[in-house]
Amino acid sequence: MRPKELQLVVVFDTTAAALAFEAAALAAGLGGRLIPVPPSIKAGCGLAWRDAPAARNAVDGLLRREAISGAHILEQII
Amino acid sequence: MIYLDNAATSLHRPPCVAEAVCQAMGSMGNSGRGAHDASLAAGRTIFDARRRVDRLFHGYGPEQAAFFPNVTAALNTAITSLLAGGGHAITTALEHNSVLRPLYRTGADLTILPADKAGRVDLSGLEAAFRPDTRLVVCTHASNLTGHVLDIAHIGAVCAKHGVPFVVDAAQTAGCFAIDMQAMQISVLCFTGHKGLLGPQGTGGLCLAPHIQLAPLMVGGSGVHSFDKEHPRQMPTALEAGTLNGHGLAGLAAALAWLEETGLDAIREKEDRLARRFYEGVKDLPGVVCYGDFSAAQRAPIVALNLGDWDSAAVSDELAQRFGILTRPGAHCAPLAHQALGTEEQGAVRFSFGYFNTEDEVDAAIQAMRTLAQEEA
Repeated sequence: MRPKELQLVVVFDTTAAALAFEAAALAAGLGGRLIPVPPSIKAGCGLAWRDAPAARNAVDGLLRREAISGAHILEQII
Repeated sequence: MIYLDNAATSLHRPPCVAEAVCQAMGSMGNSGRGAHDASLAAGRTIFDARRRVDRLFHGYGPEQAAFFPNVTAALNTAITSLLAGGGHAITTALEHNSVLRPLYRTGADLTILPADKAGRVDLSGLEAAFRPDTRLVVCTHASNLTGHVLDIAHIGAVCAKHGVPFVVDAAQTAGCFAIDMQAMQISVLCFTGHKGLLGPQGTGGLCLAPHIQLAPLMVGGSGVHSFDKEHPRQMPTALEAGTLNGHGLAGLAAALAWLEETGLDAIREKEDRLARRFYEGVKDLPGVVCYGDFSAAQRAPIVALNLGDWDSAAVSDELAQRFGILTRPGAHCAPLAHQALGTEEQGAVRFSFGYFNTEDEVDAAIQAMRTLAQEEA
């Protein structure tokens, strides 16, 4: 297994929201990807966006720009 | 074979639809069940279908589009939920049993706006039909028997004035007529994927206004919140228990892309032209009676008729066996519309036209009817 490290994890209310964010994030050139939501996180959707912690501002801006509601940005060691 | 039963289901579709289904069957996992490549491929494809449906109907966002196996399931969900506990509902005599039977089953009081002998519904009685306990107005956009189109923008405005949810059955118009949920103030728009949208059978759904909450007919697996005893309430998961028809929805997404490229105006113009060509060719044949108001500017591409006192099933069978022309006889699951036309006993032979029909096919159908009419004269 790979070593655990601090990651930005964005959780969503619905799969639709996660996929909408993925489409916007890929178009915006973010380097993250969708992962299964870690069991330690309670979320409405089984998908989460994992990205580098340094991407926080970019992720936050994109969530606002795309008006994706019900999303939360967390930092987790996963 | 000449297929003129497009109001029942489309037969001829853009090749991209079957190709998308085949590709999906070889590549898609289960949407929302994990995050591996195959699951994400399904999720992305289904989300693409949601976005396209939402765009087509000018809905309230892709998350407000929920998929079902057919429009009947969508209508059952909307009607059962909005009339839980009874109350009063308003509908029309043009409705399909997919509206009428769920309404009857709720036990709600119903006001059914009548149709005249030409299959037209006079909406001047709509305003007076509202009562303090009216909880729902539900109607078809176009009759599946006569093609008569209801003014859903007007109905939506009246419903909004009274603060009553408005549910539309777009089975006969989605993919042919422009429908703008927001402008028309539609609360729930129910659609099927396999008719005018040209997608596979087993696809359909509804688009929901955000101020309306519906209870699902079914609950179960959602891929999320597995330890909760209640099904998630967020749309669209709230209405989608169990695995979606991802393969079918891949086909629907491809069909929607084709529709966007082709344009609804081009589709409607062609289908209307074919239907009116057929009507003009058969309306004066001896013994032929056509049903509906053909002076209307907007009609769904349907021509229902009878020949003398022949049972409609016999005429339809003759058309199929002797001429290879496929139509739909009988009652078309529209009992009140047939009562209005006076065709409960005879039924009617329904010719319904699609974008992939040709003028040559229409002319062949006219010639077949001419032959039958001459034989009866």
